[in-house]
Amino acid sequence: MKEFAYVRAGSVEEATSAYASHAGARYLGGGTNLVDLMKLGVERPAALIDVTRLPLDAVEELPDGGLRIGAMVRNSDLAAHLLVRDRYPALSQAVLAGASGQLRNAATTGGNLLQRTRCPYFQDLSKPCNKREPGSGCGARDGVHRDHAVLGHSAHCIATHPSDMAVALAALDGRVELYGPEGARRVAAADFHRLPGDRPDQDTEIRPGELVTGVVLPAAAAGLPSAYRKARDRASYAFALASVAVVLRLEDGVIGHAGLAFGALAHRPWRARRAEAALRGAAPTRAAFEHAADLELSAAQPLRDNAYKVPLARNLAVDVLSRLTDTALARRAS
Amino acid sequence: MGNHEHHSETTLRVNGKPHTLTVDHRRVLLDLLREDLALTGAKRGCDHGQCGACTVLVDGRRVNSCLLFAVALDGREVTTVEGLSGDGEEPHPLQRAFLERDAFQCGYCTPGQICSAAGVLAEAAAGHPSYVTDPAAPSGEPVPLDREEIRERLSGNLCRCGAYPRITEAVEDVIP
Repeated sequence: MKEFAYVRAGSVEEATSAYASHAGARYLGGGTNLVDLMKLGVERPAALIDVTRLPLDAVEELPDGGLRIGAMVRNSDLAAHLLVRDRYPALSQAVLAGASGQLRNAATTGGNLLQRTRCPYFQDLSKPCNKREPGSGCGARDGVHRDHAVLGHSAHCIATHPSDMAVALAALDGRVELYGPEGARRVAAADFHRLPGDRPDQDTEIRPGELVTGVVLPAAAAGLPSAYRKARDRASYAFALASVAVVLRLEDGVIGHAGLAFGALAHRPWRARRAEAALRGAAPTRAAFEHAADLELSAAQPLRDNAYKVPLARNLAVDVLSRLTDTALARRAS
Repeated sequence: MGNHEHHSETTLRVNGKPHTLTVDHRRVLLDLLREDLALTGAKRGCDHGQCGACTVLVDGRRVNSCLLFAVALDGREVTTVEGLSGDGEEPHPLQRAFLERDAFQCGYCTPGQICSAAGVLAEAAAGHPSYVTDPAAPSGEPVPLDREEIRERLSGNLCRCGAYPRITEAVEDVIP
């Protein structure tokens, strides 16, 4: 590992100015991904700006009934928070579906969003990878790509985003708060991560020097039935092969709103807008769920070895929509 | 020079005792424990946060010590398997249960399993859910640990000998 300078930031402004004054700086959160990538030689920062002690470690109720989660809230604390579990169960379930107890105790909310793909070619310096080294090629396209993207991939990159949490945030219409040299701004969680196009080195819309300061959950989704379901190779502690987060609101026996996002299918959490549009106003039947999921996934372009993801994702979506409908109907009956 | 820029003084409390060291920023907690403090209980397995053999408690929470830069832990309280039972006169109930259940073969993963289990007990007592906890009606009350809960919560600790059934039994033995 290359030597690096270390700066412990006490405030957001201190962090962003330290970043600006150190060439080759990276922000250090829980480090569960960054430290690993430094050991692998994928990341070689000249300086680490430690942001773990910034006063961004609270989950706060907002006046409008939404929730603001500080970027330094640890994944385990986020998943355990009673307001999160009560009002946004899909988010708690998604966080608990990821990593291990040890990693969730260290990993931060901001870091979870900014974690890099686990594509083995990205992590292996001896292999070509356009994300790690633009222009070097993609080893996965004709290589081992069973875990890779079926939607929105490009000739340059077929990697998926590994976060479970981000999938729930996309479905719930969460927003990501950023602070940087140009001030503060918010980006919809569903738009925060990018498709690879010809710039697969850019995972997100974050600008140089910007820091994730928090995530906001909207009041509109609070208390609605929501859930996250993940398919993986073993029962625990594995990245998703496919996953789905759904939030559902029924109105007068029809679907008023369905927020639906897929994980592990694309370079970003895949917000299923076409499926959502098809569901809006429809009766909550299995046939409607299947139609909507098929409509969304008709855009899929599976690779040689990952076509299994399409029916897997479809069945996950139909199952979760069905279960949430039962929950909504049972609530109304009581 | 480079030395000044790439090293810092850091103070950690380890098993109740303060230690002030000048560390290379690249020093991870695992290496500091094993090489600077001769506490070799925490093991280097994968060195990438995937196996759990390096698990220790920082401020009472279980973490992978191979992924934590020591410089970032200034002022923190670290507990390793050597300090789990306090004065060390009597083994911790988890250590005793692992012995009684013969919950290992080679023993390499055992310190990590035990520190992780200590973290699990505290997390469940604090009402933290796991992926297999019923999401209905969250209360914040302590989560009862059955075998499914123990297996899920300890999934970040691999045992290549496959002693999982006895590890699960040993943890069950110490559930309050």
